[in-house]
Amino acid sequence: MKTILILLTFFVFVFFSVPASAQLKPGNAENGKRLFMFNACYQCHGTVGQGGAAGARLAQTKLTLPGFIAFVRNPPPSNMPPYRAKIMSDQELADVYALIQTFPAPLNPANIPLLKE
Amino acid sequence: MAKSKNSRRGFLRGAATAAGVAGLTGAPIALAQQAALKPETTGSAPEVTSNQRPGSDFMVDVIKTLGFEYVAANPGSSFRGVQESIITYGGNKSPEWLTCCHEESSAAMAHGYFKIEGKPMMIMAHGTVGLQHASMAIYNAWCDRVPVYIVLGNILDINYRRGNAEWVHSVQDAAAMVRDYIKWDDTPVTLQHFAESAVRAYKIAMTPPFEPVAIVADGTLQEEPIAEKNLRIPKLVMSAPPQGEIAAVKQAAKMLVDAENPVIVAGRVARTPKGVDLLVELAETLQAPVMDQRLRMNFPTRHPLAGRPSLTNADVILSLETQDLWSSLNSQTGLNKFGMEFHRTANGKLIDISAVELNYRSNYQDFGHYLEPALSITGDVEATLPSLIEEVKKLLTADRKRALAERGAKVMEANRKARERDRELATLGWDASPISTARLSAELWAQVKNEDWSLVSTDNFQSAWPGRLWDFTKHYQYIGGQGGAGIGYGAPAAVGAALANRKYGRLTVNIQCDGDLNYAPGVMWTAAHHRIPMLSVMHNNRAYHQERMYLQMMGNKFDRGLGHSDIGTALNDPFIDYASIAKGYGWYAEGPINDPKDLGPALARAIARVKAGQPALLDTVTQPR
Repeated sequence: MKTILILLTFFVFVFFSVPASAQLKPGNAENGKRLFMFNACYQCHGTVGQGGAAGARLAQTKLTLPGFIAFVRNPPPSNMPPYRAKIMSDQELADVYALIQTFPAPLNPANIPLLKE
Repeated sequence: MAKSKNSRRGFLRGAATAAGVAGLTGAPIALAQQAALKPETTGSAPEVTSNQRPGSDFMVDVIKTLGFEYVAANPGSSFRGVQESIITYGGNKSPEWLTCCHEESSAAMAHGYFKIEGKPMMIMAHGTVGLQHASMAIYNAWCDRVPVYIVLGNILDINYRRGNAEWVHSVQDAAAMVRDYIKWDDTPVTLQHFAESAVRAYKIAMTPPFEPVAIVADGTLQEEPIAEKNLRIPKLVMSAPPQGEIAAVKQAAKMLVDAENPVIVAGRVARTPKGVDLLVELAETLQAPVMDQRLRMNFPTRHPLAGRPSLTNADVILSLETQDLWSSLNSQTGLNKFGMEFHRTANGKLIDISAVELNYRSNYQDFGHYLEPALSITGDVEATLPSLIEEVKKLLTADRKRALAERGAKVMEANRKARERDRELATLGWDASPISTARLSAELWAQVKNEDWSLVSTDNFQSAWPGRLWDFTKHYQYIGGQGGAGIGYGAPAAVGAALANRKYGRLTVNIQCDGDLNYAPGVMWTAAHHRIPMLSVMHNNRAYHQERMYLQMMGNKFDRGLGHSDIGTALNDPFIDYASIAKGYGWYAEGPINDPKDLGPALARAIARVKAGQPALLDTVTQPR
């Protein structure tokens, strides 16, 4: 029960909280890409946010920008390190979020001969 | 000292002649290479002991009875006697000498070879510097429950040590360095002692749980003429593997049959092809999902009951020689938190079957957390499964079978959906450069699926994409990983596995991590020299990637940023040209390959060379995971 309450609180916080960064400028995907590489986000999440054994998929994330910022600031218990404002500002996270929006959606595997069983 | 040595040699020579032991095996005297040495290049003329045989010939007689196909070694003076006897007296057959460029390669080759062939490879090394090199690979084998038959050279008698090299290569107790992670060792002081201990060592190594063993071949015993009378080689009689006690097995069967949501977790289950069949039979009888830790080829990857079932919802969990199951039963604080907190998330009754606790040691901590099982059965899994299956079948009524079938149908549908989802996820980054590990795996599968293939590398570093996309069915199609998580295992273990596959005509495939290859790349020359065909496709992410992620965690933990996480972890300045390295060692090679569209044709070209008998490498630049 305690775990459920903690998770519930966390997700409410992630999805509905509006940080002070509500006044952010629109994200710059190009700068987001620079930050994504420099801060080594790609090491776990892949260069196009495909995810894998080391990190969650980012492509087609359902997180809103405030939710994304909240998640990055305080990730749930995992190997994901928290990225605090000293490392990436809210505006910089908005830029990364803009990059994530450019990551392509999954294709239909039925249209890829190599992925037909 | 020299006088003393010559006197003893003369005495032993006389004794040997009197005993007439040379007729033990009826082999010819073969010391012509000593006569061929030029005195001016060796400093002193070698002694020619015609009409006599060295002790190392008898050691080879013993070794031959144990059925080794190969002995892998980097040459060393402390075992030159045995080496000369193997290649000359023994005809370099059974065992055949494999020229290695590093003792770690020798041990890891033996590790990979066993997991395909099911019997040990012998390796040789100096009892000092050679064993020091080999020790990490021996530790990996220990953690992976793999027997490696180690013969160490050493010169115990100070009167037989010539010069500094033989002093610094000598040791009082050669096996002490690795005794914490081998199963048994001995230092024979006579040839008869060697024979008995060599046979005993083989038996111990090959009784589950399998583990490495070591025998010291004393230099004096090797090089002096045989002086002992009535030498004989004991007959090797193997032990039946330890089997779970039947009352406990009956109890386990009842718990499993009564369970509503049982999960089978397979670690190192299949020692032989029969092990795969037995696990399939148990899962199908129970209609229970199987979570395969992929430490061996335990369960077909596309079997409808193969999947990633939740342990949290399981009411009974059957653990079959698992590794670190604790981490799947508990949640644990992330590295970014201070202190360690964990709590149990899977509260089902745990049944643990394993023989590994028969062999626990204190110092190295490979045993992991204490699992607190509801029922613990000490026994080899493959040997215990037949009785467990039989007891389960006895308890199944028609009604229970119907209920289990309904449960099985739900499990199969969930697994079918998960496999569909995996194929969809594989399309993410499909055209990306660096090449995604999913694309690499799919391209490779397309090229090998109609062959008799064998993947000899772990797929952990590729987000398990081969396991998620390929159809693994046969026991030799997957062999798990390092065991001790010691990097540097991959390349030599793959060569050893490819050697075992060679005589069956299988297409050996190795997904080769770049960091791993840089430990001891000389094993590539061994593969080329011994004409071992294999395909190595680089997973070249240009970093020690796992450690890079850890640095990020540490940097973030203290708000120090991440800009320096490449220092000490990246392998990118300059880029390493693996194709040129491979060509230099005698391989066919192409690369670097950055565009995924180039991968398929390159694979086809490389496989054609492998089928022609050559090792081939493609340097494929990939996503991190």
